[in-house]
Amino acid sequence: MSAPNKNFDPVTPAALDPANLQAAVDAALSAIAAAEDLPALKQARLEHSSDKSPLALANREIGALPPSAKAAAGKAVGAARGAVNQALKAREAALKVAERERILTSERVDVTLVNDREPVGARHPIHTISEHIADAFVSIGYGVVEGPELESEWFNFDALNIDRDHPARTMQDTFFVGAADSGAVLRTHTSPLQIRTLLTQAPPVYVVCPGRVYRTDELDATHTPVFHQVEGLAVDKGLSMVDLKSTLDWFAATMFGEGIVTRLRPSYFPFTEPSAEVDLECFACRGESVGNPDRPCRTCSSEGWIEWGGCGMVNPRVLRSCGIDPDEYTGFAFGMGIERTLMFRHGITDMRDLVEGDVRFTTAFGMDG
Amino acid sequence: MRAPLSWIKEYAALPEQVSAREVAERLIAVGLEVESVDEVSVEGPLVVGRVLEIEELTEFKKPIRFCQVDVGDQVRGIICGATNFAVGDLVAAALPGAVLPGGFQISARKTYGHVSDGMLASGRELGINDEYDGILILAEGEVGQDARGVLGLDDAVLDIAVTPDRGYCLSIRGIAREAALAFDVEFSDPAAAVPALEAAGPTQPVDLRAGADRFTTRVLTGVDPSAASPAYMVRRLTQCGMRPVSLAVDITNYVMLELGQPLHAFDADKLTGAIQVRLPHDGETLETLDHVQRTLDPQDVVIADDSGAIALAGVMGGLTTEIDDASTNVVLEAAHFGASRVAATSRRHKLSSEASRRFERGVDDDLALAASNRAAHLFAELAGADIGGLVDIDSREAITGIAFDPQLPTRIVGLDIPEATVTAVLTRIGCNVDGQSVQPPSWRPDLREPIDLVEEVARVVGYDRIPSRGPAMGTGIGLSESDRLLRRLRRRPAELGLVEVLSYPFLGEAELDALGLPADDPRRVAVRLANPLSDEQPLMRTTLLPGLLAVARRNVGRGADSLQVYEYGQVFRDVAEVRAPVADAGTRPEGHVLDAMLSALPRQPEHLAVLVAGAWSRSGWWGTGRDCDWSDAIRLARAVARAVGVHLDVETDAHAPWHPGRCARLTVDGHLAGHAGELHPDVVEAYGLPARAAAVELDLSVLLAAATPVVAAPAVSTFPVAKEDVALVVDRELSAEQLRKALERGGGALLESVRLFDVYEGPQVPDDKKSLAFSLRLRASDRTLTEDDITGVREAALAAAAELGAQLRG
Repeated sequence: MSAPNKNFDPVTPAALDPANLQAAVDAALSAIAAAEDLPALKQARLEHSSDKSPLALANREIGALPPSAKAAAGKAVGAARGAVNQALKAREAALKVAERERILTSERVDVTLVNDREPVGARHPIHTISEHIADAFVSIGYGVVEGPELESEWFNFDALNIDRDHPARTMQDTFFVGAADSGAVLRTHTSPLQIRTLLTQAPPVYVVCPGRVYRTDELDATHTPVFHQVEGLAVDKGLSMVDLKSTLDWFAATMFGEGIVTRLRPSYFPFTEPSAEVDLECFACRGESVGNPDRPCRTCSSEGWIEWGGCGMVNPRVLRSCGIDPDEYTGFAFGMGIERTLMFRHGITDMRDLVEGDVRFTTAFGMDG
Repeated sequence: MRAPLSWIKEYAALPEQVSAREVAERLIAVGLEVESVDEVSVEGPLVVGRVLEIEELTEFKKPIRFCQVDVGDQVRGIICGATNFAVGDLVAAALPGAVLPGGFQISARKTYGHVSDGMLASGRELGINDEYDGILILAEGEVGQDARGVLGLDDAVLDIAVTPDRGYCLSIRGIAREAALAFDVEFSDPAAAVPALEAAGPTQPVDLRAGADRFTTRVLTGVDPSAASPAYMVRRLTQCGMRPVSLAVDITNYVMLELGQPLHAFDADKLTGAIQVRLPHDGETLETLDHVQRTLDPQDVVIADDSGAIALAGVMGGLTTEIDDASTNVVLEAAHFGASRVAATSRRHKLSSEASRRFERGVDDDLALAASNRAAHLFAELAGADIGGLVDIDSREAITGIAFDPQLPTRIVGLDIPEATVTAVLTRIGCNVDGQSVQPPSWRPDLREPIDLVEEVARVVGYDRIPSRGPAMGTGIGLSESDRLLRRLRRRPAELGLVEVLSYPFLGEAELDALGLPADDPRRVAVRLANPLSDEQPLMRTTLLPGLLAVARRNVGRGADSLQVYEYGQVFRDVAEVRAPVADAGTRPEGHVLDAMLSALPRQPEHLAVLVAGAWSRSGWWGTGRDCDWSDAIRLARAVARAVGVHLDVETDAHAPWHPGRCARLTVDGHLAGHAGELHPDVVEAYGLPARAAAVELDLSVLLAAATPVVAAPAVSTFPVAKEDVALVVDRELSAEQLRKALERGGGALLESVRLFDVYEGPQVPDDKKSLAFSLRLRASDRTLTEDDITGVREAALAAAAELGAQLRG
């Protein structure tokens, strides 16, 4: 390096020779352009932009110039260094983009690989449909009531007007508990919840009661000794069979689709009077299969109607057993089998699938059936 | 009750061409449950044949006959396996081309070395009854005539399930009455058509002491024991599903079917002294017609003579006075027994008969004499009997009128039903309407209250006239808080990856033994069913685990490698012997009676159980999976509880059926909420489950009681956190949770959290020790912590740990 120029000698160090400066810039730019990746660019930076680079040397040689020449030389060197640094920056940005792209390309996966690492849960359709029914009734102002499955005989029979020697009492194939005088049974229907509700709640009463019930049937494709019912009960001033029929039609449409209605047939239950069997219009064929052998319907056996449950006006004797004056209040009640509802709603053909606990069956229904 | 349409038409003036289906539909509309309509189902040639010759083929294992049968236009050779017929008998011959019920096609075919040119049919093969021991022998018919008419196969039979309130419909008389009502046509009462009889000749005296309010005896002498039942009677009995036996028995059954009055015929020569109707003596026994020796209950009613009990009143006759094929003198009993007495007797003796089915549903109490007379006429006509004297003891009470407001049907049904319609309907069903007093007919003992009459009006007016509008709206405001909390608990396991299953809540002692429960375990205090489905499972479950284990075993048996299942449901606890009082109905029981009924029942809390076995996370292209273990069980239990804001405390426990060293007792505020952990290897082995299977059982009622439905919001500090790690050496027996709680307690309010991050046992620490490493996060709500703060908290936490013997690991 030249010594400091204190004597204002007109000298021009070689490094500041414009031709040399230009050559250094050219060499730097071509090295930068030639750098194909970030390490190569780092090397080019070391050679052409570091403290030991020709341009850095040129910058230091400015001190050797007479004061009058310093400004012009400084400007020239500054421009040269600026050009090199700008090229470095641009090249670095371009190389970074290229590098990111290369990595992303190399990280490509087969997204069709299935990740079934964690278990997936599901709910039993008996319970999801019970909640579905309860929710429907909650939306029209009914409460939800549950109760014990091992029930006092008075609640299961006597209070429901099924007296001790009534044929219905054996008709229902009851599971009796313990000694003959235990006074307790496994409830044969959800109707004792009518009694439990009416004993604790003053009218107006509007409730639905889903629950598990028991009859001594052997398990086969269409029967199970342990099954589920949903009971509906309304007791208020001025309720009539028109309210009963209207509510059942609304229930049918809610569960099986707009326009599906019910049909009532006179029947007998000790705890309702008048009583009726509830038939559901076949939601699969809507009656079109009746008398039409070309279009048979498996859901209703081409009958057009499906037996759904029982219903009626609450028998005044039941109201009196609960301390309610039947001259002031009337009520209606209905009960449907949940398994039955589920079987024809989902096309389940074998009851055993509902009770055996095979996880493959439940899993198909997911979280909400 | 099976009712031939032709018989119904005798008493109800139905349209001539009405189809059986239409009759069924109209009967259904007025409330009879017609279960099926059985119509002709034999196609092709079915003719009356006469057996001319029988050749016994003896070279086969069973008796085989080759018969020559005259079928009118020719004589056919037919092979038959039955032996209940003789040369000269008239039989039903199905000829080639006939199709029997079930699509069974008849053709000429070679069998037993002969060509069988048709088939001699049994009752079962023709779908008439279940008889298949022999072929049908016809009482009458022209050879070659179509046998359908002779057998009643050209007639439709309605099969009606009679509900308990309609005892009168267990007769053609009752069903015809309903058919006439349904079609609004005339009804001719067959009971009213029975000609009166003189009450002359020998009588059978009666001493009526209990059980009946009407009792008649009629003596019949000179009965020809060889007289056979006429063809129409045999056909109708068969159509109605009854088996023809002998003329005397057939007559009583025929009149019962026709009118609805059960009758009993005693062999008069086997009676000694007067007939008594009384309660049984202490320890008295009776052998009934079904050859069962029965010890009588003091509440039964018996018919007796000087020899003792001879019949179970209203249920079944006794063997000693049975009519046999030599009986010539008969005492005919027609009585009216109390419905509940008969029902109780039938239930006690597990004996249901045609008579008891009718009496327990209520028999017309004005029918005994007409039915007795009808039967007497038939005995005279068909068996040449001389009709003797009648004894008729009648202590019936008059039927009282029901005070009835004619507006009540309008109020209950919701349709405007004019008073004139109400009166007309009630009159048509047989009531006597006198202003506001309605007297029901004798055959309707079920009509006792105004509401019973409303139902009659409603069914005749027609349920199909009831319109539909919007549903009856309730007054509620949505699910209750406890409903919502319970739903969260029931749903949470599925959200956590478990599959819900259901199992039957029945349990056997062997299953409790398999769980390894000690003798005094409260889960052994179980309610026992009087009539379980299976003797192996007579108990009601006290725990959900056996059911869930059985479901798991079934799934493993069906190829599941791993299982994550759960179930919730009631268990039945703390009571083995239930003694609940039964109050009267009709009024609200007194409070103490209600309390007694409710408190006698077992506690029935809802439990939730989880079983996890095999892989929790699976192996796959991502690498190796992870098996379920005891810690998953505890994690899941705590996650379920957190669904209702409950924090479960975990303590070490040894509790069957869990692994004694891997069982956690779960509590909330000191109350036991359940257990979780790895199952005992014996249990895992017994149920054939993957090793290290783990389980949870929680009492949801405990969680609900402790639930915090409204979460109190935390104060979130924005000041910096300070982190301190400590490794502590403690006795191996000390639980990590105890140590964590000590650190938490010692650290005080500035300690935000304490998390265990490492457990070490090995050469770096003494044999009976372990090292537990915790990370502490410290933070104040109102300032940045100073070094002094941090040191202070750390020292305080360590001091609390030191009380448990913990030493800072060097």
